[in-house]
Amino acid sequence: MNKAIVATTSLAGCFGCHMSILDIDERILELIEVVEFNKSPIDDIKKFTKKCDIGLIEGGCCNSENVHVLKDFRENCKILIALGECAIMGGLPAMRNGIPIKECLEEAYIGGPTVQQNHQKIVPNDPELPILLDKVYPCHEVVKIDYYLPGCPPRADLIWKALIALVKGEEMDLPYEVIKFD
Amino acid sequence: MMGATVDTILSKYRHDSTRLMDILIDVQDEKSCISDDTVKEIAKGLKISMADVEQTLSFYHFFSKTPTGKYTVYLNDSVVAFMMGREKIAKAFEEAVGCKFGEVTADGLIGLFNTSCIGMNDQEPAAIINNRVFTRLTPFRVKELVKDMKAGKDIDEMYSAKTGDGNNSHELVHSVVNNHIRKEGPILKTDVRQGEIIEKITKMTPEEVIKEIKDSNIRGRGGAGFPTGLKWEFCRRAPGKQKYIFCNADEGEPGTFKDRVILTEKAKLLFEGMTMAGYAVGATQGILYLRYEYKYLQKYLEDVIEKAEKAGWLGKNIGGRKNFEFYIRIQFGAGAYVCGEESALIESAEGKRGEPRDRPPFPVEKGYLECPTVVNNVETLCAAVKIMKYGSEWYKSLGTAESTGTKVLSISGDCFHPGVYEIEWGFTINNILDMVAGFNVQAVQVGGPSGALIAPNEFDRILGYEDLATGGSLIIFNESRNILKDVVLNFTEFFIEESCGSCSTCRILPVVMKDKLVKILNGLGVTRDIDDLLEWGKILKASRCGLGQTAANPITSSINNFRHLYTSLLKTKKDYETGFDLNLAVQEACEATNRIANV
Amino acid sequence: MYQTIKIIIDGKECIAKKGQYIVEAAKENNIYIPTLCNIEGVKPKGACRICTVKVNGRLMTACTTPVAEGMSIESESAELTDLRRSIIELLFVEGNHFCPACEKSGECILQALAYRYSVMAPRFPFMFPIRELDASNPKIIKDHNRCVLCKRCIRVIKDDEGKNIFAFKKRGHKVEIIVDPESADKFTDELAEKAMEICPVGAILVKGKGFKKPIGQRKYDLMPIGSDIEKVSKSKKAVL
Repeated sequence: MNKAIVATTSLAGCFGCHMSILDIDERILELIEVVEFNKSPIDDIKKFTKKCDIGLIEGGCCNSENVHVLKDFRENCKILIALGECAIMGGLPAMRNGIPIKECLEEAYIGGPTVQQNHQKIVPNDPELPILLDKVYPCHEVVKIDYYLPGCPPRADLIWKALIALVKGEEMDLPYEVIKFD
Repeated sequence: MMGATVDTILSKYRHDSTRLMDILIDVQDEKSCISDDTVKEIAKGLKISMADVEQTLSFYHFFSKTPTGKYTVYLNDSVVAFMMGREKIAKAFEEAVGCKFGEVTADGLIGLFNTSCIGMNDQEPAAIINNRVFTRLTPFRVKELVKDMKAGKDIDEMYSAKTGDGNNSHELVHSVVNNHIRKEGPILKTDVRQGEIIEKITKMTPEEVIKEIKDSNIRGRGGAGFPTGLKWEFCRRAPGKQKYIFCNADEGEPGTFKDRVILTEKAKLLFEGMTMAGYAVGATQGILYLRYEYKYLQKYLEDVIEKAEKAGWLGKNIGGRKNFEFYIRIQFGAGAYVCGEESALIESAEGKRGEPRDRPPFPVEKGYLECPTVVNNVETLCAAVKIMKYGSEWYKSLGTAESTGTKVLSISGDCFHPGVYEIEWGFTINNILDMVAGFNVQAVQVGGPSGALIAPNEFDRILGYEDLATGGSLIIFNESRNILKDVVLNFTEFFIEESCGSCSTCRILPVVMKDKLVKILNGLGVTRDIDDLLEWGKILKASRCGLGQTAANPITSSINNFRHLYTSLLKTKKDYETGFDLNLAVQEACEATNRIANV
Repeated sequence: MYQTIKIIIDGKECIAKKGQYIVEAAKENNIYIPTLCNIEGVKPKGACRICTVKVNGRLMTACTTPVAEGMSIESESAELTDLRRSIIELLFVEGNHFCPACEKSGECILQALAYRYSVMAPRFPFMFPIRELDASNPKIIKDHNRCVLCKRCIRVIKDDEGKNIFAFKKRGHKVEIIVDPESADKFTDELAEKAMEICPVGAILVKGKGFKKPIGQRKYDLMPIGSDIEKVSKSKKAVL
């Protein structure tokens, strides 16, 4: 059997969902028998080297780079999965939604209680830096998403079962208790 | 009632919390706002919590917790107002007054506010200033008005044009509003002497009266079309000592103004209709629920009631008949379209938020103050009088087999003769357009925003319950109009503004759908968006009342009949795209950090 | 003695008591019709619309409609299931429901309904409204981000004179729950607990309380909402 090719990324996320992927524990050996990882922090491949079957997206889109990466994933993956609450509904980063960006930046770089040494009151604006979006967008509001695996993080069992079912082309057999929003 | 204190107002209504609407209206009129302190005083006086006062007060558009200005201007923002040049008028007001809409001048003299359709579509742009209506405004006229306000003139001295036709010139009305009755039919014709029908029905049993109305097959003229005779019969049969007759004069459907004309010219006929309904169902109290926008008619209508009482056509022993007792009082609303829904109207009359009730029980079983209640439209009650005069057979000879009688229409928009027309049911849209001289017609909105937007290929459809049912509003749009931007968006915003907020569906979905419409209008739509809108519109059917159930109609009806207007705005995109626009999304951050969007 | 009548729910013949609401009758026949705003024993309001069923072909709310002889009720059809799912989704996008940080997570009816109806991501765009977190009351916190405007608190929580403490303010999408400004000292610990208890989501919290039960032991961790009514012992499968 050909191995399914999987790519993963973390956009505006905390890598908790990736940790949860690793939480499948020894089953990772089983997984490696059926999937081959491409672009992913797991194997540190930075760019797509081939078209993938499945893309796992952690985190929503908070800046221009996230959007580019997400679109790149959409172009290169047959199936795109939003992994975790941030990818699905913005999550913790989306708590800034509704607050003007200027205010957010000033809080972060100028007036906030943790700001110590920014006497020149510089708000980073180097052209190399990604530009913030007006709000944090859930992934499906930017590109079409095929599946959602909720949770903060999604339970390892959920990721495992869903991934194996997709790879093997089987019906997903997901028990009630693995789908949780927290 | 100048100089009245909260205390005297409370006493006037016997500290009855079901009269909270009247109390708030009097207080607002007196103090130009209802402050926290006043809320506290009212709550104490009525033995309810401040939160209770607040929930009614905050529901209605015309109540305010902060002063609205010595002169309070409410400028209509309905579709037709915009078509007739509202933007220029608004700009003229803002320039002359020196504040924006939604604000009050620093000196507290003038407040500018937007308001939903005020029932003057045939004489727009129009505004209500301190309960007086000013129609056909021009930027020049606005300057004059603001000058008068700054000079502290009395509102009644601000009329420069002569007062309107008919009773609009009556000393108790004294208004520049015009009736524009273009076609008279059986209802609008003056051929009933006051008391004539009362004399006739008192020789009949209530059951016979109901039978005559039932036989005529007349259905409610407000729009819902429930058989009137059946409603009366249900109410008559409902157990209960006290029963009520409500006349629904809330006329809030944008584009409708025919009840305003009937109230101005046929008040006696209407009150006789209410009295007759009272006789038929066994009610002794009638309540005219009148929209606040028509407050300028208050003195006149109260005078008609008073004179009828003196003449023995209202009160005790009506028409000399013992134990025939019927009183009428006016209950004002305070700016809420949803109160046109009968159970919301009743809630409002009880001093509460105008939230429709769940049915069953229906108002005919449990209505006002839990008593059996009939709620009839102004026109229905007038028609009922004519049916009693000429008989159900005569009435059935008018209109079509399924829709008997006549309908008074309010026609506005792009035509040479906007106004009030009484026609027999069965007219086609083409007949109507011939009658009113519509020109270059692109679309006709039948039945107001909650109705349907009809395209020329359907102009042979007929007005009637069997095809296009309508409460009487017809708005004509010519080819120069941007249907989606100027009409559909405005109507959708209207529903958002007027939702009571009780049902999750009607509270949330119109906002979601409007956002999607705006997205399409901004050229960011994808094909999927149009299908989504059609699909999502169905969810609203799970709402409690007609407002919620029809709130998607402007969008779904325009997609069904004018889909090309939507598709022409779509950009060809990759099928996985959602319409997300990165350039737009980074705009705010670029501005905040002085960066160029190099995305 | 109650007068009993026969009704049909999803093809199943049921015995109901006359005057009973459809949800109650269904429950007594081990049929779960989902509700959110409804509370047993309190006058129903039909605010959330989640219990919408078809009665003789017409959409009605099961919490407000009394049963009548011969009624034919449709509840679990594909159409109604999707309608319910869409209403749950609407409530999610209307507020800021950030489950991972919510004290009520695992005990929240909105969340439980989303689990039961396999709501993975709403079809509607999130509104991300700006809403207040009001901690001015000495006993309770009102987090408007999570409020679903079900009116449960309005209907249940009264002061000792029977006056309302909670109320609706404004209308349409601007409505919000307000707390009577004079009620601050009326909140006993007991009343505050009751308010938190009847709030189906995490919008009313007792100060200093939360996350009492560990994950895995909360009300809806293992079994879907409605399982007790349906008397099922094995949990339903979720569908992606």
